[in-house]
Amino acid sequence: MGTIFNEDEVKKIGEKAEQWKVVTLKQWVERLPERQESFTTLSDISIKEVYTPADIPNFSYEEKLGMPGEYPFTRGIHATMYRARLWTMRMFSGYGGPEETNKRLKFLIEHGETGLSLAFDYPTLVGVDPDDPMAEGEVGIVGVSVPSVVDMDVVFNGIDMSKVTTNMTINPPAPALLAFYVAVAEKQGVPYTQIGGTTQNDPLKEFMAQKSYVFPPEPAVKVAMDLIEWSVKNLPKWNPISISGYHIREAGATAVQELAFTLADGIEYVRQLKNRGLDVDSFAPRLSFFFDAHINFFEEIAKFRAARRMWAKIMRDWFGAKNPRSWWLRFHTQTAGVSLTAQQPWNNIVRTAIEALAAVLGGTQSLHTNSFDEPFRVPSEFAAKIALRTQQIIAYETGVADTIDPLAGSYYVEWLTDEVEERAWKYIDKIEGMGGMLEAVKKGFPQREIADAAYKFQKDVDEGRRFIVGVNVFAENEVEDIRKVPLLEFDQQETERRQKQRIAQVRSMRDQQRWARSLDELRRAAEKGENIMPYVLNAAKAYATLGEIMNTLKEVYGVYVEPPIY
Amino acid sequence: MASMSSLQYTEERPFKVIVAKLGLDGHDRGAKVIARALKDAGFEVVYTGIRQTPEQVARAAIEEDADVIGVSILSGAHIHHVRLLMEKLSEMGGSDIPVVVGGTIPIVDVDELKRLGVRDVFLPGESLGRIVDVVRKLAEEKRRAELSGG
Repeated sequence: MGTIFNEDEVKKIGEKAEQWKVVTLKQWVERLPERQESFTTLSDISIKEVYTPADIPNFSYEEKLGMPGEYPFTRGIHATMYRARLWTMRMFSGYGGPEETNKRLKFLIEHGETGLSLAFDYPTLVGVDPDDPMAEGEVGIVGVSVPSVVDMDVVFNGIDMSKVTTNMTINPPAPALLAFYVAVAEKQGVPYTQIGGTTQNDPLKEFMAQKSYVFPPEPAVKVAMDLIEWSVKNLPKWNPISISGYHIREAGATAVQELAFTLADGIEYVRQLKNRGLDVDSFAPRLSFFFDAHINFFEEIAKFRAARRMWAKIMRDWFGAKNPRSWWLRFHTQTAGVSLTAQQPWNNIVRTAIEALAAVLGGTQSLHTNSFDEPFRVPSEFAAKIALRTQQIIAYETGVADTIDPLAGSYYVEWLTDEVEERAWKYIDKIEGMGGMLEAVKKGFPQREIADAAYKFQKDVDEGRRFIVGVNVFAENEVEDIRKVPLLEFDQQETERRQKQRIAQVRSMRDQQRWARSLDELRRAAEKGENIMPYVLNAAKAYATLGEIMNTLKEVYGVYVEPPIY
Repeated sequence: MASMSSLQYTEERPFKVIVAKLGLDGHDRGAKVIARALKDAGFEVVYTGIRQTPEQVARAAIEEDADVIGVSILSGAHIHHVRLLMEKLSEMGGSDIPVVVGGTIPIVDVDELKRLGVRDVFLPGESLGRIVDVVRKLAEEKRRAELSGG
C-alpha cells in the first residue's frame, strides 16, 4: 500500500526538522528555556517539541486509517458518525431505593439524556440481600438497591422499556439482574426482540480493578460466557458484555495498560466463546467496550483510535470473523473519576468537559460525564444536570461533531496513535505468552502492573513531577468553601429499613414450592455445567432474591479470596 | 520526602501499621498506594485486603500488636463501619491503638469521625508525605505511652 508522503520530500522535511532543532530551537531555548526538563504523557511516552511528516514517514492512509465505517475503522465505526446520530448521553445513576432512582432516571430523561445506566449499591454489586449482615450500613449508598424482580419493577415504573436502552454496571450477579430486567420488560409487554441495553458482565477486570468479584476466575468467566451465549440467542438487541478498561484505568493503569489489558480481556472472551463451538460472527457483533477518558487530552484520543484499529485486526485476522460488524469496536466512555479533586471542586466541571471532548473526538458511541461533587458523594440532581449539559454543549454548540475524526492527519495525533498501539501490542504479546488473560490474572501480572503504575503516579504528584490544579499547584485554604458544596441528601437508614422490609415481603408472598424448585434446578444446572441463564430467569420469576440466587451459585462455584498485591 | 525515608524510632522493632478495607468497598487503589508508601518509609505493613469486617480488623490489629490502624473507605459507609470498629477495639482491649481514616469522605463527616475517636482523616488529594508523617507521629506516641505506662 502506498504511503501518503513522497519519499524525497519526507527526507527533506526530516533534515529540515533536524536543522531547526540544532539551530533555531537551540537559540530560542538558550533565551527561553523550556518549562520542564522533559514532557511525557500519562503513559510516560516522551513528547517532542513538534511533529512533522518525518515522524510518520511511511504513513499509509489505507492501512492506518481508511474511511469511516470501513476497515480498520480508525476514523470511526459508522460512515455517518455524529452527523447522523449523536452519541448516546447515558448518565450512570442510582442511589437509595428503587423509588429514589426511578425519580432520578425520570429527571435525567426529562433533561435530555438519551440512554439509561444503572449504578447499583455495594450489596447488589456483590450479590447479597439488604438483610444480609454484610449489607449493614451499605444499602443504597453508592447506587440503587435491586435485590429482586419486585425492586426492578419499581425502578422502571412509568418508564417504557421498549423505548429506552439500559446499561447495568453489574458483574458476578449479572445473570440475576438481567433476569430481573427481562422479567419486568416482559411484564410491560415488551418482546425479547425489543429489549435493549448492556450488562457489564466483564469478570476478568474484576480481579484487576473494581473488585466486586465473587466466584474464582474460572467459574466467573464461565458464568459470564453463559450470559453472552444465552443473550445472543434470545435478546438480539442486548449487549451482553461491556469489556471494560474504565476500572482498570481508575485503579491506576496508564492509557497504554488500559488499552492492552482491555483488548486482552476481549481476546480471552472470544476464545472462550469459540471454544463453546459458537461461530465468531454469531456473537462478535454484540461485544461492546467501555473506556476511561482521562485528562491527558491527545493520548486519550490516540487510545480510542488505536483501540478500533487493533480490535478490527484481531477480529478479522486472528479470529477470522467475516461480518464487518464483528470487526467494530463499539464503546461507551466515562470521564475520569480519579481526575476529580475534592479541592476547588467546581474545577471538576472543566476537567470533565475536556475529557468528554476527548471522548467525542475519539469517536465514542455513548458517554457518561461525571459530576463535580463526586469526590464527596453520589451526585446531586444539580451537579448531574450540569454534567449532562456539558455533553449537550459539546454536541450542539462547539461544532466538533459536524465532521468525522477531525484530528486525523495531525502528525502528532497519528504518531501518538501508532505509538500507543505499538506499546499496547507489546503487552498483549506478553499476555499471550502467559497463555492469555485468564492465566495472566491468575498469576497476578496485570494486578502488579496496575499497582506499580498507581504508586508511580502518586509519587509523581507528591514530588511535583505531575501537576493537579488546586492540589499541588494553585492550592488554597478552602475548608469553609468546600463545606458549602451542596451534597445529595437522603435518609440511608430509612432506605435500608425499607429495603429489608420489601425483601421480607417478597419472601413471604411467593409460591414457596415453585421458589424452592427453581433454586434446586439452578443448583443442578450449575453442577452439571449447563448454561445457567434459563434457570436464573426461572428463579427470578419465582421471586428468588439476588442473594438466594448468588448463594446457590456460590455453593457450586466457591468464593474467591484475593492474594493482596501492592 | 526526607521524612519518608528515615524511620528510626526504636531499635527493637519497626512500627507496624494495619492498612484495612472495611465493608464491601472494592476501591483498593488508595489503600495499596499508602501501604507501599509506608513500607518504603520503613514501616512494617499488614494489608488486610478488601471486604473486612470491623471485628476482623480489630482482631488483626490486636494480634499483630499494631501501632496504628489505617482504614480506607470509598463507599460512603465510613461512619457506620468506623463506629463499629471503635466499639470492637474497645471491647477487645485495643482502644490504645490509634485509628486514621482516608477515602471519599465529605468534610461534614470529618467531625463525626473525630468524635468517634479517629485521630486523623485524609481526604482526596492528601499527600503521601503528610500521611506517613501523621502515622509515624501516632506510632511514636503509642510506643512512648507503652514505655511510660509499662
